[in-house]
Amino acid sequence: MKKHWKMISLGMAVCLAMTVLAGCGDKKEEGGLGAIKDRGKLVVGVKFDTKLFGLKDPASGNVEGFDIDISKQLAKRILGDESKIEFKEVTSKTRIPMLNNGEIDMVVATMTITEERKKEVDFSDVYFQAGQSLLVKKGSPIQGIEDVTKDTKVMSSKGATSVKNIKEQIPGITVLEFDNYQDAFSALKAGQGDALTTDDAILYGMAAQDPNYEVVGKPFTDEPYGIAIRKGNSDLVQAVNDALKEMHENGEYDAIYEKWIGKKPSE
Amino acid sequence: MNTIYASLLGLAGSFILGTIIAVFRITGSKPLNWFGTAYVEFFRNIPLLLVVFLFYLGLPSLGVTLNGFVSGTMGLAVYTSSFIAEAIRAGIMAVPPGQTEAARSSGLSYVQTMIHVILPQAIKLVIPPLSNQFINLVKNSSILSIVAGFDLMYYGDVIATDTFDTINTYLFVAMFYLILTLPLSYGSRVLERKLARHD
Repeated sequence: MKKHWKMISLGMAVCLAMTVLAGCGDKKEEGGLGAIKDRGKLVVGVKFDTKLFGLKDPASGNVEGFDIDISKQLAKRILGDESKIEFKEVTSKTRIPMLNNGEIDMVVATMTITEERKKEVDFSDVYFQAGQSLLVKKGSPIQGIEDVTKDTKVMSSKGATSVKNIKEQIPGITVLEFDNYQDAFSALKAGQGDALTTDDAILYGMAAQDPNYEVVGKPFTDEPYGIAIRKGNSDLVQAVNDALKEMHENGEYDAIYEKWIGKKPSE
Repeated sequence: MNTIYASLLGLAGSFILGTIIAVFRITGSKPLNWFGTAYVEFFRNIPLLLVVFLFYLGLPSLGVTLNGFVSGTMGLAVYTSSFIAEAIRAGIMAVPPGQTEAARSSGLSYVQTMIHVILPQAIKLVIPPLSNQFINLVKNSSILSIVAGFDLMYYGDVIATDTFDTINTYLFVAMFYLILTLPLSYGSRVLERKLARHD
């Protein structure tokens, strides 16, 4: 009897190992431009917790923001109808794995184009120019990056470029990393840290949420946002770039920008 | 490393707290009974995540700010202690009442009876459920990753998001948890056998 159990558990272990290995192998099948058109629906990964860019309104259940409007325009141009779109929630932590395992067609989620990420995914042209900044409680002694020392408790989100940037600017600093920006902001409000750092675009949204907090100092990095697409789908990248270009030319981009950010894009 | 500290502190804390609450629940004193029951039912029936958030985000509004490691470990100890209290209470109930009567009639006070006669027997009886709780505690210490407690899971998250190699990183993290929990299961089995031999 004991022998049987051993055999069964061995068999189960082998099955498990095979699923894991198989999962690693087939990454880049479907999901190209053709597949999206066949499906008749664009599946986009966006943030649900970031004011101004992608925020789910708990009352209506709708997701709203700059990234959302840009995605709808893409759907309109690729599929001819801006309602042929499905939004799935991503965080800084989940967006690349979800894109690469085929759950979503593209990521439009305040995502900075970096050399490292380019090894994992393809990016469209820059669709938003942000810069990293600091959010503090009003009256805080920190008024800019020059006031941050290595003993300052700075918080951010796991997987965000802002963590790496601030560690480069202030060697030896400890960053408290949370699962998303909303958790980081809750922790800041509870007094667990001195400042929250990420792209100014996200920080302005938080400051709009709670007037006791303000964005201080000048942006200290350049964060060009791109739309991420699974590697090897150059036709989809091309379609997105064409759509973006068209939106810039006919003024729709400026209109969306002004609607959410409250000013005209600076060239 | 913080995973080990949190587990050890959580283990000690939850064991002590759990024993005290278990005794509260079976003493003759009504207020203590009531307190013990309220404690167990409250902490056993809300998610661990909420208990930890209570310590991490809730206490600061009362003027007490504990960092992620401390509030995570405290939440872990308090949460687990409610399960341990139930296990130990069951153990105490299983010790024949004649034991208490004999101890009391030989002149021991209630507290002495508990510490020297009843609890040693009760704990021996509940080693299997206790070791289950302790293994859960080690695994649940991954909750620290949510409140920036710098534990194994936190670093796992950070590395996974930095390298994009999610599956392999988490497999590696799982291996580390096994390194911590397997000796615990093995140890509890050895302890069980050893204590059984003394009967």
